[in-house]
Amino acid sequence: MIGSLYSSDDLVALWISLRLATLTVLLLLLLCTPIAWWLATTRSRLRVIGEATAALPLVLPPTVLGFYLLLFLGPHGWGGTLMHTLGLQPLSFSFGGLLFGSVVYSMPFMMQPLQNSFQSLGVRQLEIAATLRASPLDRFFSVAAPLARRGFITGSALTFAHTLGEFGVVLMLGGNIPGRTQTASIAIYNHVEAFDYAGAKRLSITLLLACFTLLLLVYASNRRAREATAVPG
Amino acid sequence: MSLQFDIDWARSDFQLQVACEFAGHGITGLFGRSGAGKTTVLRCIAGLEPGTHARVRFNDEVWQDSSKFVPAHRRPVGFVFQEADLFPHLDARANLQYGLKRVPAAQRRIVFEQAVEYMGLQGLLEHRAGQLSGGQRQRVAIARALLTSPALLLLDEPLSSLDLESRADILPYLERLHAELSIPMVYVSHEIGEVMRIADHLVLLEAGRVRAVGPVHELLTRPDLPLAHLDSAGSIFQGVIVEHDPRYHLSYLDIPGGRVAISRQAGGLGQPVRVRIDARDVSLALKPPELSSITNVLAGTVLDVTADRDPAQCLVRIAIGDRPLLARITQRSVAQLQIAPGLRLYAQIKSVALMD
Repeated sequence: MIGSLYSSDDLVALWISLRLATLTVLLLLLLCTPIAWWLATTRSRLRVIGEATAALPLVLPPTVLGFYLLLFLGPHGWGGTLMHTLGLQPLSFSFGGLLFGSVVYSMPFMMQPLQNSFQSLGVRQLEIAATLRASPLDRFFSVAAPLARRGFITGSALTFAHTLGEFGVVLMLGGNIPGRTQTASIAIYNHVEAFDYAGAKRLSITLLLACFTLLLLVYASNRRAREATAVPG
Repeated sequence: MSLQFDIDWARSDFQLQVACEFAGHGITGLFGRSGAGKTTVLRCIAGLEPGTHARVRFNDEVWQDSSKFVPAHRRPVGFVFQEADLFPHLDARANLQYGLKRVPAAQRRIVFEQAVEYMGLQGLLEHRAGQLSGGQRQRVAIARALLTSPALLLLDEPLSSLDLESRADILPYLERLHAELSIPMVYVSHEIGEVMRIADHLVLLEAGRVRAVGPVHELLTRPDLPLAHLDSAGSIFQGVIVEHDPRYHLSYLDIPGGRVAISRQAGGLGQPVRVRIDARDVSLALKPPELSSITNVLAGTVLDVTADRDPAQCLVRIAIGDRPLLARITQRSVAQLQIAPGLRLYAQIKSVALMD
């Protein structure tokens, strides 16, 4: 049934988008959690530099970011040279390169909700956990992470939705190769270019509904979390 | 047990220099005004102030000095904070189990049911923090700290965030802990009433320094310390209920140096109790008074006579048995009765208040 709705190229494009968004969320969870924790708790002056760097992808035009990433990952860039030295294929124009670009481009969408929720924890709950014999790592997983649940959910959903809709960086880095680096958002652009408005509509409504459903779930679960942990007074 | 510490803690607007040794048993009150440094001392003992220039030694174990810092989670200390902060993502039961689970079974000296019973938490275990009253939350927080089987329990003004009713509700629980468990406690407070009621020893902090250390009954009455000059100044005595008098609704207590009557108590004979006698409720006579409405008369010897803050008043300290009794009388009476150290006299006590 799905096969009759979408062309096989569209299905592959949707699958690439889905895979890209999921992997980006997972990688950013691993990467941003310690960095956001550091940004939320440090008194170091390096913090402002860290915050500005982490927010940079928010304001940079995707083409600027994509261009630098292309230079970086290309055969003559540092990244490309490193890949070559390690005996690996260059990342530009590959799914790996796309993933790398997404991780950089979507970082603020994970970092900021996490940092905000870590900051709003305050130190008291962690001090209490410490006097109850919990080691620093134990305190993080048993107190900080559950209390920052909203940050994790919001960050993951925003990252996922943002990666689904990513266009400029993908085009610059991935080069629109069907079956390999052509994501759903690029496929829509191709349909429009080819005056295939029906195809563009099908993919557009799919992305629209997917993103809306996701945000709906996030806000509903945030509301539940707020009610469950609310302390009167 | 012994706890020695020497803290030298400086911030731009405040300096704390405290060297002290805490008694290894009973409740030590850490008393002082807001801003005297009480909480900082407690936090240093618990290991919540890394980077402080301090030496903390517990029994034979160094917890902190210039080369060593045992982090908070490795110190066998229970801490009860001012605001009863329970973990909001856990119910009362899971809050209680949080510390318990992290203590090796061999080191547990208090079981879950025992702590629940001590703090009267039956029926509250499935509630989350938001569904509990302030007093109930603080009782959960105290039980949670107890369940780590601490060698030392630190309480940082545990009643100050509660309304009067909840405070009165918690004190009996703390007194019961004191009576039934042998865990030494340090109790920070700026309410002299709480300290009089619950503490055995007292450390008096003033502007970041230790002003005095000693048994609470002694420090309360020492004329060179500010406590004896408070409006609510008084003395405390330890007594035992020896007789009930149903006809006049009285109970009699034996205290070292005499016997006093109080309003009839429910407590059984032989039960130890603590009573408080306000300095302004004591009058002095050279002969045993006759035909007086005052029932309680204790014989004693004057220790000293000191000027009070009000120039019309004097503080007279009288030894009753081995305990000091504080009386606030006018300077005129001191002159008329020629009250001086060494004089034998009779203290008439208008009211004796039971404290537990």
